[in-house]
Amino acid sequence: MTSTATNIAGGEASRRIRWADMGPFIALAVVVLIGVLLNSSFMTGTNIANVVTRSAFIAIIAVGATFVISSGGLDLSVGSMMAFVTGIMILTMNRLEPSMGANAILVGAALGLIVGAICGLLNGLIVTVGKIEPFIATLGTMGIFRALITWMSDGGSIPIDRALRDPYKPVYFGNVLGIPVPVVITLAVVLVGAFVLYRTKFGRRCTASGSNADVARFSGVSVAKVRTMAFVIQGLCVAIAAICYIPRLGAATPTTGQLWELQVITAVVIGGTALRGGKARIWGTVAGALILEVIANLMVLSNMVSEYLVAAVQGVIIILAMLAHRFIK
Amino acid sequence: MIEVLPLSGAVSVQPAGAASALRAEGLAKAYGAITVLSGVSLDIRAGEVHAIIGENGAGKSTLMKLLSGHVTPTEGRLEMDGRGVSFADAVAAEAAGVVLVHQEILLAPDLTVAENLFLGRELTRGPMVDDRAMNRRTAEVLASIGAHCGPRDRVGSLPLAQRQLVQIARALLEPRKVVIFDEPTAVLANDEVAALLDVVRRLRDRGAAVLYISHRLDEVEALADRITVLRDGRMIGTWPAEGLSQRGMAELMVGRELDMLYPPKRPEPEAAARLVVEGLRVDHGAVEASFSVRPGEVLGIGGMIGSGRTELFEGLLGLRPSQAGHVTLDGRAVMQRSVRDWREAGLVYLTEDRKGKGLLLEEPLAANLTLQALDRVHPGLALDRRKEAAALEKAVAEYDIRVRSLLLEAGQLSGGNQQKLLLAKVMLTDPSVVIIDEPTRGIDIGNKSQIYDFIDRLVRAGKACIVISSELPELVGLSDRVLVMREGRIVAELTGAEITEQGVVYAATSGQATGSAAARTETAAGERG
Repeated sequence: MTSTATNIAGGEASRRIRWADMGPFIALAVVVLIGVLLNSSFMTGTNIANVVTRSAFIAIIAVGATFVISSGGLDLSVGSMMAFVTGIMILTMNRLEPSMGANAILVGAALGLIVGAICGLLNGLIVTVGKIEPFIATLGTMGIFRALITWMSDGGSIPIDRALRDPYKPVYFGNVLGIPVPVVITLAVVLVGAFVLYRTKFGRRCTASGSNADVARFSGVSVAKVRTMAFVIQGLCVAIAAICYIPRLGAATPTTGQLWELQVITAVVIGGTALRGGKARIWGTVAGALILEVIANLMVLSNMVSEYLVAAVQGVIIILAMLAHRFIK
Repeated sequence: MIEVLPLSGAVSVQPAGAASALRAEGLAKAYGAITVLSGVSLDIRAGEVHAIIGENGAGKSTLMKLLSGHVTPTEGRLEMDGRGVSFADAVAAEAAGVVLVHQEILLAPDLTVAENLFLGRELTRGPMVDDRAMNRRTAEVLASIGAHCGPRDRVGSLPLAQRQLVQIARALLEPRKVVIFDEPTAVLANDEVAALLDVVRRLRDRGAAVLYISHRLDEVEALADRITVLRDGRMIGTWPAEGLSQRGMAELMVGRELDMLYPPKRPEPEAAARLVVEGLRVDHGAVEASFSVRPGEVLGIGGMIGSGRTELFEGLLGLRPSQAGHVTLDGRAVMQRSVRDWREAGLVYLTEDRKGKGLLLEEPLAANLTLQALDRVHPGLALDRRKEAAALEKAVAEYDIRVRSLLLEAGQLSGGNQQKLLLAKVMLTDPSVVIIDEPTRGIDIGNKSQIYDFIDRLVRAGKACIVISSELPELVGLSDRVLVMREGRIVAELTGAEITEQGVVYAATSGQATGSAAARTETAAGERG
């Protein structure tokens, strides 16, 4: 075979693949276009910044979920875990504030990352060592984390100490060069996530394990180790989301992060990551998170559809995305 | 190809008066341009057991699928009771009285025996299922074949042999003219085999025409009235079983000359053994073997499918539970036996299941090529895309992998090119011992001959190679030494002039049987998968 022939055919193949991967971004563009046509206040700077900032939590957690799902797992516990980690962090910060002042935020955040990683490790070990279906394992821990935050808050809320509100505020409300801080953090998480997933051996082993665990095993990949690590990454992402989330509402409650797992999985799946594993699309995941938030925003802005139906519209979106997937194939 | 029939005057003569229950004439099946079976003309008579024998891949299963309506023939015709018939599907065949008893157990383990028998054809009384009638009928059928389970037993709680009988009972729920058995004893132990053979005889004595497919020649000898031999997708002939010994059958199954497909044999290596395996027990003793292989040698592993060959090596690689056993590589004891540890030590295993366990079909070629050698190709933290592309280009050239584009996914390659990619993948780890399970399964002759050359080259370069193969010509043509497995044990070692197809077949199918634990584990694995 001549190299020219290879190049020509290669060009065709890569064009075809790129076209299929553009789906979520085209969808995002369409949704934004609809927003512009429907409502003049949609395209204002403040509204856009607001939408992107609000989508940060789901996007950050969904980056972790992209790892878990592409390695062949699933994590239903992220919403509850997020509430639990938030609670632990606030309690720690409040306890340390009298002696450390604003530095308590740093310690609390560090502890949050550790707790998140441990929660992820727990999920991972139940799935890989305990050999329990990820759906069931994380359904169990979802209940556990939710109950723990309810118990810790005694059914009410765990507010952050007043003295910490101001120093912590910029993490959600501040901006760097005009870009909201949560957006900067999201971008950083996505870039690191994309690097790990696409450019490292771990990323390669992760998708290999999800694509066909037997092939991975026969190739000397420790599938259990890889899947456990994916859950740990998920825990870390949840903790990072929690760090951004605390200054927004200043409290952890039993309803913090409720049903977020569904939004996270929706974002991952409409982003083009295969739910059965093997195909990971980090940037698609980000587009998915944005699509969900833009739709919610549009429904609040316009009066055409009641905002109580947001979840229904999001549900329609995920089904449409899956159908589109099938027909493109 | 020269046909040498070792038995003169054995070609069948149709005796007048024998009632032919099912008759095939010039039956052929092709998939696209590939003919898998052609020129099969045979008749199965009421009250006889007609055995079909042949090597793996000879076309036995295709033939029985054609006869039972699971597959429609591209040529030829079928006749029942003198009238031409054609079966649109298995249901139509069953309606006409032809039923196939599948080799795998296809039963719902959580349902009762009666519920399984009547699954999809439940008896009803008004809107409700009539359990009492179904249980009664089930008990009758079970009794007629001598099964000891009851209609209300849960299938999952029955031993394998009883489940096999339930499967047969399901096939016999309606009266049948022709019953086709596909390797019915593959999963059974010896005493269970005897009971099953009795069931078959009972069916025959009641006037059914029985077509019996088996690779166990001892059973065929004990059971068959007539024997039809298939070879390479063609029918060789039909003989009366009387006067046909097991060795005679083996010769008929093989009966062909070796051609120039295989590289010349290498001189006997002088080096000491590189890999020595002693008393390795796999799957809790279902498979147990000791063997060694020297550098510069191709060690062939023969035996029927289910004889424990694959299990033995998956156990050696830590892919199945293995116990005990002392393993040394170049004189050093190997303690950790995972795929990863073996790769570090310089031993790799190429799976027989190219699509299920070998390649990520939806991933690009480069990702597949380097999966087993990621640390070698990418010593740093990040993936080195350029190095990976270079490795792929080198592999494509070296192993002559024909691709339209280097950006294809592995699943887009032909079988032969996938196999070469798989070979390139494990060779990228630079092993000193290469174990290849079914090196050329399902690939065309051109790619085959290339793969044989690769194997020859790597052995001449001082590596040790173990080839597991169900294709006898391949095993004989490639190997410097052959170990034959039967029922989880190595039963023969053939060297030099002893390496013949007849020799391998004879060792693999005859002699003392000690139970078929190995076959059972394979079935269990299949059920899990």
